[in-house]
Amino acid sequence: MIARLLTPHSLRTLLPAVSLAALLAAIFYLQPRTMSYFGLNLLLNLAVPIALATVAQMFILCVNDLDLSLGAFISLTACITATWLHDTPLLGALALAGCVLAYAGLGALIHLRNLPSIVVTLGMSFVWMGIAVLILPTPGGKAPDWIRSLMTLKPALIPFPIIALVVLGGIVQIALMRSAPGVVLRGAGGNPQSVARAGWSILRVKMIMFGLAGLFGVLAGMALVGLTTSADANIALRYTLLSIAGVILGGGEFTGGRISPIGAVIGAVTLALAGSFLSFLRLNPDWQIGAQGAILILVLALRVIINRTAAKS
Amino acid sequence: MTDRSAIVRLNGIGKSFGAVQALRDVTFHVAPGECVGLVGHNGAGKSTLMNILSGVLSPDTGELLFGDQDLAARYSVAAAKQNGLRCVYQELSLCPNLSVAENARITHPTIRGIGWRRKAATLITTWLDRIFPGHGIGPGDIVGELSIARRQMVEIARAFSATQTPVRLVILDEPTSSLDKASADQLLSFVGRFTETGGSVILISHMLGEILDSADRIVVMRDGGVVAEDATAAFDRARLVREMGSVLAEDAATPTAQARRQTDRVIVLPGENGIPLEVFKGEIVGLAGIGGQGQTDALLTLFAAANGTRNHAEITTEAAFVAGDRQTDGVFPGWSIRRNISIASIRQMVQHWLIDARKELGLAQDWQTRIGIRTEDLSNPILSLSGGNQQKVLFARALGSPAPVVLMDDPMRGVDIGTKQDVYAILKDEAAQGRSFVWYTTEMDELKHCDFVYVFRGGQVVSGLPRHQVTEANILRASFDAAAAA
Repeated sequence: MIARLLTPHSLRTLLPAVSLAALLAAIFYLQPRTMSYFGLNLLLNLAVPIALATVAQMFILCVNDLDLSLGAFISLTACITATWLHDTPLLGALALAGCVLAYAGLGALIHLRNLPSIVVTLGMSFVWMGIAVLILPTPGGKAPDWIRSLMTLKPALIPFPIIALVVLGGIVQIALMRSAPGVVLRGAGGNPQSVARAGWSILRVKMIMFGLAGLFGVLAGMALVGLTTSADANIALRYTLLSIAGVILGGGEFTGGRISPIGAVIGAVTLALAGSFLSFLRLNPDWQIGAQGAILILVLALRVIINRTAAKS
Repeated sequence: MTDRSAIVRLNGIGKSFGAVQALRDVTFHVAPGECVGLVGHNGAGKSTLMNILSGVLSPDTGELLFGDQDLAARYSVAAAKQNGLRCVYQELSLCPNLSVAENARITHPTIRGIGWRRKAATLITTWLDRIFPGHGIGPGDIVGELSIARRQMVEIARAFSATQTPVRLVILDEPTSSLDKASADQLLSFVGRFTETGGSVILISHMLGEILDSADRIVVMRDGGVVAEDATAAFDRARLVREMGSVLAEDAATPTAQARRQTDRVIVLPGENGIPLEVFKGEIVGLAGIGGQGQTDALLTLFAAANGTRNHAEITTEAAFVAGDRQTDGVFPGWSIRRNISIASIRQMVQHWLIDARKELGLAQDWQTRIGIRTEDLSNPILSLSGGNQQKVLFARALGSPAPVVLMDDPMRGVDIGTKQDVYAILKDEAAQGRSFVWYTTEMDELKHCDFVYVFRGGQVVSGLPRHQVTEANILRASFDAAAAA
């Protein structure tokens, strides 16, 4: 049993979870009071929108593309949530659905015109940001009550963020890794030519994956507003890089359809906790991004070491 | 009789890519229960023919008949599958990030719903057991982590596995190239059993022994056309080799080159069990054989050894490299012609930490006149040149460098005949002045410019031919079957 756990393959799979456990242990050691219902709730609250954003980015990375507009897009959906969805729910819901369709359209555009996704999404990030500023020129707005009450839910025994994260990881894991259609979606990242030769439409795959990314981006924006109660046009800009880092930290790779939904959620939580860890160390929170980078480098270095030992054996 | 019962019949199929006629007037059929061997040298049109059969390419002219129906106009990958046609491609077409069972599911859309994993696993395992007993592959194994031989086994088993539409014809393109002897034998005996039960196979292979042993009928292709077609019994190795390439009149022996192969050896690349690759000063050495049999790897090994990063080979001097794929490995697309020429010799032009622009321009102008690069201004971007002239720049870069050995990786791909003649003359000239060239080429005609030719097969040198023995027949014989070359 131990021997089976120590193969390079399983080590690689376990690495994200081990890193998270190590970070959590350090936080619990520094501040034992976080080990409570209330403490965990506070600690993991903001991890929920980051995890949703990371899962959105994962869909894009799975088909060998990269989304540099995700942060701006989530800011936009947050602005829509805090204004239209609050004031005129129908218009808000339609606008958010339109955002998802726009993302699916981007997937189609990138595939049909054979454009580099980095260029297209970098350009789109300014479009999303521009619309967000038009909708909400100054920070403000108000979260719809039902989102607010959902995000501040206090279930018995287990804090809400933990339930939300487990459900998110579980559902996406089953849909993408265990279901029959999920195989085709991932295969299109691994060897698109072979999937196309088997009679599947790569255009459809790309549209579905970008559409899913849009959907989870919308969910991330709504969750974020539920926590912060208001929005502004720059609220989630740093989510672009956080989401990419989260996917990679969770065992995903930039190419080849190699992804792990549970890993992505774990990676997002690890990055979200890095900030708290610093404040418990009484370090300036300005170091947060640096600390996230350091964690990323550390975990990736460990992965390289594991891969090297695998290549040798 | 075969007319009625043929699974698929091609009539007068033609296909061209731009100016290149890949297939001309090909007529071909496969009957049920038949194994057809398809042989031919590089570029004979085998792959194009196969891609047309599998629906990846559509033919320009001709008929594609299933029964009495001509499907040429509305043929597709889906139509091919519907008619029970499967294909095992030479370059592997599995998804490396998926498991073996998941890859089976990709080609079987009907495997779905609850329990699909077990169904897919059972299907692929059943066929692996049937074709390669004792394969040692688990359905949950990730394909990217399997050895290349096992990947090939999965790909073959997947092609034969049937869910709803029965498999009637399987095209195997070089199926044994990455299999070991035992697995190759397992496959060929399975092909025998498959055809006995009425299935058909098209077997493409450069192992002529396999074709002669397994095929019922052999079709030989050359230059995009079928040049011979007969029952296997009517062929032997000699006839196959003869049909594949025209036997050219042998040039008069020039023993001078042979005599020179005694002193001033600049390169030795020891072969694992084959023949060592040796290059002498002032010599043009050709690397021949079917494409992708290790020639490029040998060049890269030599280049790495010259840079001191690897030491599998002994090489006493510096080396320059001329890349074949100029788009990806050759030109710096954002740079001027001048910079593209001088980059390999930059060390000679440095003065006080800076590049001496006059020296750089001098070098570029020198080579512009010597090799005939057609441009008004060497400061123009490299992409303003035609493909052939870009290739000349790459030659100028290598020849302009001080390296006494030049390694060339099929550098004449897509170069017009005029440029070729210019370059040949310069190569001869440079060789006479003591430079050595190692030249991998897929064109038979170019080998005639070489003093010595090594033929590669399966990653090894299988034959070394001095200039007077360099004939198409000798090279074909060595590339297709080592036994026949001995």
